[in-house]
Amino acid sequence: MPAAVEFRDVCRFFGTVRAVDRVSMEIAEGEFFAMLGPSGSGKTTCLRLIAGFEQPTHGAVRIFGQDMTGVPPYRRAVNTVFQDYALFPHLNVLDNVAYGLMVAGRGRAERRREAEAALELVQLPGYGARRPGELSGGQRQRVALARALVMKPRVLLLDETLGALDLKLREQMQEELKALQRKVGITFVFVTHDQGEALSMADRIAVFNEGRIEQIGTPEEVYNRPAKPFVADFVGSSNVLPPEVTFAVAGRRAWASLRPEAIRLVGGGRPARVLATAFLGASTRLHLEMAGLDITMLLPRGAQVPQPGETVSIGWADGDLHLMESA
Amino acid sequence: MRSDRAPLWLKLAAGAGLLFLHVPILIIFAYAFTTEDKSYQWPPPGLTLQWFAVTWNRPDVWEALSLSLRVAAVSTLIALVLGTLCAAAMARFRFFGREVISLLVILPIALPGIITGISLRSAFNLADIPFSYWTIVLGHATFCVVVVYNNAVARFRRTSASLVEASMDLGANGFQTFRHVILPNIATALLAGGMLAFALSFDEVIVTTFTAGQQQTLPIWMLEELVRPRQRPVTNVVAMVVVLVTFLPILGAYYLTRGTETVAGQGK
Repeated sequence: MPAAVEFRDVCRFFGTVRAVDRVSMEIAEGEFFAMLGPSGSGKTTCLRLIAGFEQPTHGAVRIFGQDMTGVPPYRRAVNTVFQDYALFPHLNVLDNVAYGLMVAGRGRAERRREAEAALELVQLPGYGARRPGELSGGQRQRVALARALVMKPRVLLLDETLGALDLKLREQMQEELKALQRKVGITFVFVTHDQGEALSMADRIAVFNEGRIEQIGTPEEVYNRPAKPFVADFVGSSNVLPPEVTFAVAGRRAWASLRPEAIRLVGGGRPARVLATAFLGASTRLHLEMAGLDITMLLPRGAQVPQPGETVSIGWADGDLHLMESA
Repeated sequence: MRSDRAPLWLKLAAGAGLLFLHVPILIIFAYAFTTEDKSYQWPPPGLTLQWFAVTWNRPDVWEALSLSLRVAAVSTLIALVLGTLCAAAMARFRFFGREVISLLVILPIALPGIITGISLRSAFNLADIPFSYWTIVLGHATFCVVVVYNNAVARFRRTSASLVEASMDLGANGFQTFRHVILPNIATALLAGGMLAFALSFDEVIVTTFTAGQQQTLPIWMLEELVRPRQRPVTNVVAMVVVLVTFLPILGAYYLTRGTETVAGQGK
């Protein structure tokens, strides 16, 4: 059975800018797949390549085994939830949701029935007569979701969809999206720059940097066993040790990642000087200097917090120092 | 501290300014009802409605009016098509020479009409194009395009580009997207631009003088009529009609574009 989405050596150049540079990946059917990376890393361009708004400069994008080269967006079995929602301001909510069905030539009664069912699915029943301008950000988001889902796409693309919402609503929508995906059972491809969002929602994550994929894996793999220093730093702000430091502390010459929460204050450990402290509520973040290297650690609540300028002794379990292949 | 009430002298000055602007127009209207037809005499010696009947029965008035309406309609139509296409290109794409083209499009309305007129006349002469209905239409289209373009480009800039992508994403091809998404979003801007273009074309004199052959548009006919001391109030009756025909679309355009300041399709 072919993958829902397959990238084979895909490049997309804008002039001299390599927005997407030789990306290969496979997204399985029914998967919740996150494309994570900083802005300008190529993740949104990849999403637009799947939707059909961009064509690859080189390589091929396949959707359920079919080569999509030259296929326009309106002939693809994928639908998009846009970052700015892109609701049609001249139509009410029901007509917005039914737009795709209207264009496809379905009858008025069927359109109405399906659009109302979709609004029910996103928990906005009875909102059909309102205008997009009268809705809150979270409600617009749901309308955009219903408008895409009503088309029964085989792949749903979500472009930084939760970025515009406030923290509480964002967390609520994260859970709802995850539940919705389980319910409708279609493939979700989700673009985000928020590592917490990717870790909590996705089945698998592709970490993007400068147009390339640095690592693809489950949230646990990406977090616990980052393949590259960039992944370690971007996902969970790990301490990245260069080979010479790793050699000094572990006797192996390789890049290594050390999670801030894995470091403890212990007697007889390695000496480190406290540069600064920050109270985070559930924990306190210590900014340390060890062997000329900046190290961050998290001190659990209740522990004695050292003062800046003090020298402390730190240590970690051997298994927590994760060695990486290369830079 | 700022006072809510304007001082008396300011009110008087404003009133005087408005009177200066509009009393002459009212005087023109008044002369349409005068019994004196050889010269303009104030106050009118008597009032009559006979000039409306006289005007109605003058075939030259009807010819001029019909020509003006046809020229205005066709110039507006050309302007709607070209102005919209041009605005769409300017608002959506970045390309080499974009600012220059934008300036070149707007230039005809900034140039004195006499320059446009002379240059078109010599161009038509060089190309051996006989002066006709179509040369007038072309002359008028040069400035009508600008009016439509200006209205449309502002609306395009305020319409989010992702609306078009959303429509395509939902299965609409280019034509369906234009009909169901683009057109409804720019319709009022086009209507307003079209009305202004129509009004501009309808009372245009200078460019028309240079690009018309033997035909007379309504404003040209009025100029000719003023130098002939015969049935003078007929001109005033026609002037009244022109004022109304020009004024109504402009008022309509104002109401249509009012309250459309928010950005269409912006979701945040």
